[in-house]
Amino acid sequence: MSDAVLGDAAHTPSEASVLSAPEGARQPNYAIVPKTSATGELEGDLLEVAMGPQHPSTHGVFRMDVVLDGERVVKLKPVFGYLHRNHEKIAEQTSYLGSMPYTDRLDYFCSLTNNWAYALAVEQLAGLQAPERAEYIRVITAELTRLVNHTCLIGFLLQDMGASGTPLMYAFREREKVLDLFESLTGARMMCNYMRFGGCRCDLPPGWLEQAKQVADNYPRFLDEFERLLSENEILIARTQGIGVLPRELAINASITGPMLRASGVNYDIRKVDTYGIYDRFPFRVPLGAQGDTFDRLIIRALEMRESLKILEQALRDIAPGPIRDPKAKIRGFRPKPGEAYGRIEAPKGELGFYLISDGGPNPYRYRVRPPSLINLTILEDMCVGHIVADVVVILGSVDIVLGEVDR
Amino acid sequence: MILLDGVKSRIEAAIPGARLEIIRNDSPSAQRSLQVDNEHAVAVAQFLRDAPDFRLDYCSNVTGVDWLDAEISEKVKIKKVADGVEKEIEEVKKTRRLGHLEAVYHLYSMELKHGPVIIRLGTENRADKNHLPSLTPVWRGAEFQEREIYDLYGIVFDGHPDLRRLLMWDGFQDYPMRKDYLEPDDYEYEPTAHDRVLEKTKRHHQPEAKP
Repeated sequence: MSDAVLGDAAHTPSEASVLSAPEGARQPNYAIVPKTSATGELEGDLLEVAMGPQHPSTHGVFRMDVVLDGERVVKLKPVFGYLHRNHEKIAEQTSYLGSMPYTDRLDYFCSLTNNWAYALAVEQLAGLQAPERAEYIRVITAELTRLVNHTCLIGFLLQDMGASGTPLMYAFREREKVLDLFESLTGARMMCNYMRFGGCRCDLPPGWLEQAKQVADNYPRFLDEFERLLSENEILIARTQGIGVLPRELAINASITGPMLRASGVNYDIRKVDTYGIYDRFPFRVPLGAQGDTFDRLIIRALEMRESLKILEQALRDIAPGPIRDPKAKIRGFRPKPGEAYGRIEAPKGELGFYLISDGGPNPYRYRVRPPSLINLTILEDMCVGHIVADVVVILGSVDIVLGEVDR
Repeated sequence: MILLDGVKSRIEAAIPGARLEIIRNDSPSAQRSLQVDNEHAVAVAQFLRDAPDFRLDYCSNVTGVDWLDAEISEKVKIKKVADGVEKEIEEVKKTRRLGHLEAVYHLYSMELKHGPVIIRLGTENRADKNHLPSLTPVWRGAEFQEREIYDLYGIVFDGHPDLRRLLMWDGFQDYPMRKDYLEPDDYEYEPTAHDRVLEKTKRHHQPEAKP
């Protein structure tokens, strides 16, 4: 560090940082105090560290270039693309139905909601309508997916915080029960490939509803146990409260969606706003956070699971026999009329949208996935700057990303 | 529900000189969109975000589209008088569409809970005039998505705070999502290229095939 800088009592980080900061509201909320030394060399310098792509807490192959002052984060740049396979290009070269299995691989924890979002966009493009039983099956499977996702997220987050093993194993034990349901319904535990345009691939197997009811009935007991572990744990509270605060206005402006947005106190749930499918039939509440910190993001997920269970209870009770496919939906030679459509759903991680342009051919002219995981990372730097490296891991964990969807 | 004709007339009243055009959509989704000229794009975006009756504070989806040079034939019904009888005759009208790149923004309102309002910006051509104004200063949520469009389509967003490639690596040359993108030769699985693969290899080695 130069002598001129050493003379100042405090200087802004932008003078000392390695990367040049873009203009806008990204000023860190603390100032670096230069350390004085006899020679004026080495001490007070910033260190650039690459966290990832093989770091276990990045949940995949994701890199964060972090500039550190001691243990404090001064600057953070996410680096993407390690898992990029150009899903959109592949989908533009195959038929509409042909990219349905590919959507499973986007967010591989929630393949059924991915299927639904894509089916919804194509249904809007082609003017199809899923029959009532199919809509019920979609709601049931989507809410089960939400349970799996949120349970695993809390497990992973506790693991990242150092609660090695136990919470994650508890979460995975519950996840297995739901995955067994998916397996008996779709034939696959994770890559379900179950929804079709204007309905679902196959009907529920006999006895499935009873099994699902049993899983849903037993879930609150697990949640009680899990929440006791969460809300009464001193270490967890110390590690999450006041860490990574996301203000309400920034959350809206940065297009943050899903539980992360609601943790910042914005009442926006696409299940309520768009009421796609049959979500207008189920009364459920939207939990909102007050602080927008990591603790809120954690608790919001726990509360959302309770609401999902409410929806599940009603849907499992009200589902009636009937057809599961729109008879207008063609399997072979499916060519929607020229035009475009944007369909979106409330996936467990946020707004998952598909934008399709048809030119009348058998494959989409333009196929675009709006990935919630990628866009929720926009404010990662804003949340992390000023905190220590160990908090970066926790903050990233609370964003809830899956790299299959971030890189596509 | 928010009607695009109302949006258009409000923008025209608020921002004089803005050239807007409603793009129709014949598919059952009927999501029409608004073509905005590049000079007034930022002003229009700011107006849509801040006007109290729109408050489109949430830019959900930003994406690029590549349109190649094409001839579009459209069936138009024209009334003609033939032999003293008025007849309706279908004629095929042909228009030439110049190749260009497009950025599409899907806007919603989190405050008023309506949307989508879809706005489109278009470049002049696909080669050198590929600049568009960035809307990231208006909606921060467009930051990574515009970077992705720059990466995969090659649209340069003027005014973007941090325009770098997002998914491909820095030294990468071409734009993979363009319709005329040629995949690199990597035919390890086919040591003696023939038929289609040979055709493609030849095409790839012609220097004029790629701009």
